[in-house]
Amino acid sequence: MKSLALAGMSLAALLAGSAALQAKTLVYCSEGSPENFSPALNTTGTSFDAARPIYNKLTEFERGSTKVVPGLAESWTVSEDSKVFTFKLKKGVKFHSVRPQGGVAFTPTRDFNADDVLFAFNRQGDEKHPFHKISGGKYDYYSDMDMPKNVKSVEKVDDYTVRLTLNEPNAPILANLAMDFMAIPSAEYAAALQKAGKLEQFDQVPVGTGPFSFVAYQKDAVIRFKAFEAHTATEKAKVDDLVYAITPDPTARYSKLKAGECHFMAYPRPADLPEMQKDAALKVINQSGLNIAYWAYNVQKPPFDKKEVRQALNYAIDKNAIIRDVYLGAGQAAVNLIPPTMWSYNTAVKGYPFDQAKAKELLAKAGVTTPLDIDLWYMPVQRPYNPNAKRIAEMMQADLAKVGINAKLVTFEWGEYRKRAQQGEHTTAQLGWTGDNGDPDNFFFLRGCSGARPGGQNLTKWCNKDYDDRLIKARGMSNQEARAKLYEEMQVIENEEAPDLKIAHSVVYEVMRKEVEGYKQSPLGDHRFNGVELK
Amino acid sequence: MLKFFLKRAALTVPTFLALMFITFVAIRLVPGDPVEVRVGERGISPERLAHFRKELGLDQPVWKQFVDYVGNLLQGDFGTSLATNEKVLTEFFALFPATIELSLFAMLFATMIGIPAGAVAAVKRGSWFDQSLMALSLTGFSMPIFWWGLLLIMLVAERWGLTPVSGRIDLIKYYFEPVTGFMTIDAWLSGQKGAFASALHHLVLPSIVLGTVPLATIARMTRSSMLEVLSEDYVRTARAKGLTPFRVVGLHALRNALIPVVTVIGLSVGGLMAGAVLTETIFSWPGIGKWLIESIGRRDYPALQGGVMLVSSVVILVNLLVDVLYGVINPRIRHGR
Repeated sequence: MKSLALAGMSLAALLAGSAALQAKTLVYCSEGSPENFSPALNTTGTSFDAARPIYNKLTEFERGSTKVVPGLAESWTVSEDSKVFTFKLKKGVKFHSVRPQGGVAFTPTRDFNADDVLFAFNRQGDEKHPFHKISGGKYDYYSDMDMPKNVKSVEKVDDYTVRLTLNEPNAPILANLAMDFMAIPSAEYAAALQKAGKLEQFDQVPVGTGPFSFVAYQKDAVIRFKAFEAHTATEKAKVDDLVYAITPDPTARYSKLKAGECHFMAYPRPADLPEMQKDAALKVINQSGLNIAYWAYNVQKPPFDKKEVRQALNYAIDKNAIIRDVYLGAGQAAVNLIPPTMWSYNTAVKGYPFDQAKAKELLAKAGVTTPLDIDLWYMPVQRPYNPNAKRIAEMMQADLAKVGINAKLVTFEWGEYRKRAQQGEHTTAQLGWTGDNGDPDNFFFLRGCSGARPGGQNLTKWCNKDYDDRLIKARGMSNQEARAKLYEEMQVIENEEAPDLKIAHSVVYEVMRKEVEGYKQSPLGDHRFNGVELK
Repeated sequence: MLKFFLKRAALTVPTFLALMFITFVAIRLVPGDPVEVRVGERGISPERLAHFRKELGLDQPVWKQFVDYVGNLLQGDFGTSLATNEKVLTEFFALFPATIELSLFAMLFATMIGIPAGAVAAVKRGSWFDQSLMALSLTGFSMPIFWWGLLLIMLVAERWGLTPVSGRIDLIKYYFEPVTGFMTIDAWLSGQKGAFASALHHLVLPSIVLGTVPLATIARMTRSSMLEVLSEDYVRTARAKGLTPFRVVGLHALRNALIPVVTVIGLSVGGLMAGAVLTETIFSWPGIGKWLIESIGRRDYPALQGGVMLVSSVVILVNLLVDVLYGVINPRIRHGR
């Protein structure tokens, strides 16, 4: 099987020969090896990035934004009760061919149609599906996005029409369908592999409709793609070959970029950014990440059941110092739960400035006698939204001491930490969130009442009816403007109630060589190379 | 001789058993199991966690997991990687050639420089060359590989542009199917002009980094062994016969002095494997070392256990071979004297 993974390749690549020398090859220094090439099975950005050139989804995120646009579906209609979504599929969309060494060769005999869409749903949702158990069969995202609960049925109306029926109205479903786990593979290829008894090949040698076709993968070394000439579903590739040079060490990635061994690098080290910005051969772009680092107060434990205490702590912490010293500038002080780039962000909410006198005043008003002892939990791991939770906790501890609060720093092993915090064992705990699909609901649910139960994801255990009613109402509406209004109101409520301190949104940097043109940074943190060219 | 071999071979059995046990227990002492490591901020429901733990056999008592593991190992089944769902043995053999290739070139670098340098230092004992070599070898021996690798990348590859930064071949210019997994051989077989040179060029820096510690050891070993041999009667006799210094040192002394050096080279295989873990990470070298590091991060128990067992087997076998060869060369060892 490994020979397939190592050596799957298209006939075109075999014939490329010396012509490849003149071809335009874009080299991306990526950070790691994918687990496989089926996004439905994976959870890491590394694996999603590796499969992204190959596949399309029913809906797609517009390149460089979180706007949901048509992908393999050319249009859709939504029923009045927002439960039935009818998708009209694009016609004439071709699948790639593969001819892996020692594996099953495949040349499609038909275009993309409704059967492929049904395959994508059923493999994940139907335990009896022949591919459900293949390659470990863990469909984390399908499960995490509540698809098993939401999806009532998926039916083929005709070859180019698919009807998706939900159990409850759910506006963010269109954004869910644009996520990587809903990539549409070829059902015909799956059938061919099933006939040959080589089902595992499906996840190792991928076949999709995307802008690049898979050529070869050598574990820990390289992934090769070739521009798919017949691609029509989205924006075409503008280079001939795309190569992922797997380079886990960020210093080595930077060195390779400088030496011209790659054109684009993943995840630069913040410490290297000043030098990168001075280098005339490089381009550095940045954007606020679709994430939030927060410090949750457990409102079920006194004195955090008092609003004034929570507000006081918000005033007591110097967020700008944290941004400067821990994020090294690659962060932005957060005011709302969602980052400012997301639709429905309420600019009227101003948050809490650093004002320790005000903090003391509010503590006194709440009848809190100082010194007050509290626990301050911090994660034992680095996260995309929080480069050093321990350091942040220490800085908070120092700030809190000045207003008469003794914070005891506490941590656990990462799995244990999450579990205990979700159970509500903490008085205060740091955590955060990285958005999945660009929909505000994907952030605001974090403070919903359903997550406030023990074991739920709402670490503040705060359950506010005004907030929660709006959250549920917005989820069932398809009009974006009306939804945005509700979300804006929720931000006002949350700011006033202060169940948490919003620390920061990290700023994500992308670095490439000057000759790379047309790259659009994605707020979702993914990397897409169709439409990118080398000048 | 057979008895000696069997005795040595039998000694490897407890080593293997101990290894099996240590690798099995050590990875389980690291907090977080493979299912929890996959989970992000969203967490996982207790039902789903229980379901996957059961599927992976992690719900069984540890002793039962160990018995199953040993049972499978005895049947040659090293398990299936939890991350990629590939057979551990298949993954290992796909990556091992890259590690062997790097280790061979590192050893080539170490011996080609270490032996002549050690010999010259012995002949010119007390000279500035001897003293500098000893100081340098001590530095080389204590060199942190990670730091050394990054320093060479920054100076040799980045600033002077003399070598590529990392990887095994120029990915923009060359593409061919892997046949043997050894990039130099595959590049040669591909017939593409410049591919072989590119593969060699990419080996320069990682070989130097991985070869530095063995180079220091070999140079010191050659020097001390040479010093011993140079004071032997037969060397004095050779000199008295009027042979040229080159013939005395090169033919009579060095050949005899090399016996312990060969042993040291054999015993360095373990060190090379350990060094490869870091070297491969710095140079994005797709070998076993990098694979093992990733497996720790993912708590991929089967990959890690299988990988460590396989690498250790190679080291143990090489050591056994060295033991046996040494016995062949030096009968006093064989007869326990």
